[in-house]
Amino acid sequence: MSDRVEAALPAQSAVAGKKGTRRRRRLTINDIAVGAAIPIVFLVLWQMLYETGRLDANFFSSPTDIASAIGELARSGELFRDIGISLWRVVCGFAIGGTLGLIFGLLSGFSRRTEMMIDPLFQLLRMTPSLAIAPLFILWFGFGETSKVLIIAVGAYFPIYVNTVLGIRNVDNKLVEVSQVLAYSRFSQIAKLIVPSSVPSILLGVRLSLAVAWLSVVVAEMINSKSGIGYLIYFGQYNSRIDYIFVGIILFATAGKLVDSFVRYLERRLLGWRDNFKG
Amino acid sequence: MGAALLEIRELSKSFRTDSKTVQALHHIELDVQEGEFVTVIGPSGCGKSTLLRIVAGLDVGYEGQATLDGRAISGPGIDKGFIFQEPRLFPWLTVEKNIAADLSLRNPEVKRRVGELIELVRLNGFEKAYPKELSGGMAQRVSIARALLRNPRILLLDEPFGALDAFTRAHMQEVLLDIWRRNGTTMIFVTHDIDEAVFLGSRIVILKPRPGEIRAKIGVDLPYPRKKASAAFQDFRMRVLNEFERIDELSWGEAGAGI
Ligand SMILES: Nc1ncnc2c1ncn2[C@@H]1O[C@H](COP(=O)(O)OP(=O)(O)O)[C@@H](O)[C@H]1O
Ligand SMILES: [Mg+2]
Repeated sequence: MSDRVEAALPAQSAVAGKKGTRRRRRLTINDIAVGAAIPIVFLVLWQMLYETGRLDANFFSSPTDIASAIGELARSGELFRDIGISLWRVVCGFAIGGTLGLIFGLLSGFSRRTEMMIDPLFQLLRMTPSLAIAPLFILWFGFGETSKVLIIAVGAYFPIYVNTVLGIRNVDNKLVEVSQVLAYSRFSQIAKLIVPSSVPSILLGVRLSLAVAWLSVVVAEMINSKSGIGYLIYFGQYNSRIDYIFVGIILFATAGKLVDSFVRYLERRLLGWRDNFKG
Repeated sequence: MGAALLEIRELSKSFRTDSKTVQALHHIELDVQEGEFVTVIGPSGCGKSTLLRIVAGLDVGYEGQATLDGRAISGPGIDKGFIFQEPRLFPWLTVEKNIAADLSLRNPEVKRRVGELIELVRLNGFEKAYPKELSGGMAQRVSIARALLRNPRILLLDEPFGALDAFTRAHMQEVLLDIWRRNGTTMIFVTHDIDEAVFLGSRIVILKPRPGEIRAKIGVDLPYPRKKASAAFQDFRMRVLNEFERIDELSWGEAGAGI
């Protein structure tokens, strides 16, 4: 895995440290060099092709142009405004969609009857691309924030819903027998067996959900918006500012990656007990 | 002799699958007195696990009677401790939390007893370790401590040391005998290893398969601690083996290969 920084987390258990079963990994110069080699070669090659005119300036920008566009947008404050508003929409949409996904996932997971009632409808909705429902939401909720946040919420809902149900259904039957032998109350069975065993699956759902939320914010902002990173791209397209389009893409990529890294960090903190291959 | 702790009368159990019905146990009669260490031995598939699971309350829908302390066994409960062949620890909990399980370590009484049990199963220093950091023998000792914390009337062990290497297994047998001596917990211990059955048991129950029936109950009159290399031990082992051969002649057939 490429997330070296996260691998350097302190071991949680004193015993683990003593026995050395969970080795710490430090970020070494070598690791950085290995990770950075390909991107650097790529950037240098890109700049060279642009300077020598092999890349058409009508369709391409260069790394240096993009860097100066970032500087320009940062100085005017627009950059941070766009990042801020996009991030805010993702957070709101994810909070609404993710929470509902978790709640309905738990309901469906625990009760087959509930699942039979709500699952067919959700499966149908799940297959609908957010691009297709966006016009409807704009029609219903107008051009304001509501429609954008809801488009994101719909996208963020499903991965958490599906993975929560899966997590609950895949609880190891051998551990269920242990909970019976130890005469767990119904509450303990849920709180101390089913929920903790589902956490890995639910976190996977959170990661996928956030990824979808980022995809949806592009859709929402490019269709109707006067702000946000999606709007920056849209603006670049209609004003032939190719460098802006690239800035937007880079921002999305970076923000998406950072959010994903954060969830993985959470995973490592919460799932340190898991016994699997670490690479 | 007073009323037995565990009384099993005319116990039969069959499993129905789509295609056929398997008679796992047939007319089992067994009394276990308080403080006894009963080992149950037989080839695989003869119903040892089924018998133990019925006593534990995990398998219901049997014919006949099974009573603990005079009450019919109708479901699982903390009065019946169960040790599975695999340790079955909760992987997200540390050793001490696994032992406490649904009880809170914030309760000083629980905390104290967990500490005592960690001492008893010789896991000092591993309180905060996660299951993935434990060897098979250590993990199994955690599961024994987990069962003992509930002060069970009877401890049921289903081939608990079957997956361990010979050295660890011998060590675990000592640990278990030590617990039995100190706590006096009534034990039913299932194994398919004759040495293990003779080494541990105050009484040996021999099962035969198809259908699962009791072929013999033999009291082991060897004093503890037993020495596996001693002549008396070897003599006794031969007696049990002879019993097996007699069964073999009667009806065992190809199923005897399990030993
Ligand atoms: N849940 C079940 N469904 C169907 N058949 C079973 C089930 N459990 C056990 N059996 C059958 O009952 C017999 C006894 O099984 P078991 O008690 O596991 O034997 P042992 O523990 O001595 O190896 C076997 O023939 C087995 O196939
Ligand atoms: Mg078995």
